[in-house]
Amino acid sequence: MDSVLSEDPVALKILIAGGFGVGKTTLVGAISEIRPLRTEEVLSDRGVGVDDLDGVEAKTTTTVAMDFGRITIREGLVVYLFGTPGQERFWFMWDELSYGALGAVVIADTRRLTDCFPSVDYFEQRGTPFVVAVNCFDGADRHSVDDVRIALDLDDDVPVLLCDVRRRTSAKEVMVTLVEHSLRTMTSAN
Amino acid sequence: MNEPPRWLDEDAGPVVRPYALIRGRTRTSGEAFDLMAIVSIVGDPESYDLEPEQLLILRAARNPITVADVAVELDLPVGVVRVLLGDLRDHGLISVTSPSEKGPRPNERILKEVINGLRAL
Repeated sequence: MDSVLSEDPVALKILIAGGFGVGKTTLVGAISEIRPLRTEEVLSDRGVGVDDLDGVEAKTTTTVAMDFGRITIREGLVVYLFGTPGQERFWFMWDELSYGALGAVVIADTRRLTDCFPSVDYFEQRGTPFVVAVNCFDGADRHSVDDVRIALDLDDDVPVLLCDVRRRTSAKEVMVTLVEHSLRTMTSAN
Repeated sequence: MNEPPRWLDEDAGPVVRPYALIRGRTRTSGEAFDLMAIVSIVGDPESYDLEPEQLLILRAARNPITVADVAVELDLPVGVVRVLLGDLRDHGLISVTSPSEKGPRPNERILKEVINGLRAL
């Protein structure tokens, strides 16, 4: 048993979002011990039309495995990473996941930049602090950070950085940038 | 709350679908527990006839533990774990403290600690 929580434990939540196959699992695995978290949700109206429910009308829940990572800062202070399901049909899970979240990392792939539009829109609307981490895949164009910022129409204060989610140092830099951004957002709101 | 009669017995065999553990319920008696809510033991389980999974939860929660961690430790879907936790709470064996009950946001000191901790990884 490796429980690290004690008297007054603090559990912080950070979301890892982005399009399908953009590197969410890799990022979580690069910086934390990754374990699958099984969750299941009632299929909402939003699932209808995507999931073919003909003939299975009785099926009202679906099981989803989420990437789940834990970073122990010290005893009683743990950061949890949740890889949000990329497919749009799992959007109904996001409200719960984003509730109380410290912030979010939106991973972008410059070859498919539009894939991260929904995530950016979502966190902007929720007021959840987020950073955009541009994953530099082999052979991908190294768009400048400014180009990505313009393409995504980001506010000036949203950090954008290049990263290689396979590398631990790069993953660390992404996480530090996010928490620093959350801290700035928090202190400027006070 | 009126409990429906128990239908699960040894004849069901060793393979039990997760929702059979909780007799088909998908909701707890109260509000749904947050994934980051902290589970702590507050009662003495001796006087109750508990399911094996509930005993595993109590073992996992010897030190306070998050709902998400309980689900990972038991390798059960979060929804099933929430119902099991709800039963344990209704028995007065555990408390489940959601993050919002402890204040809205972590303070500046905690975040600076996190930043330094991440850098030191």
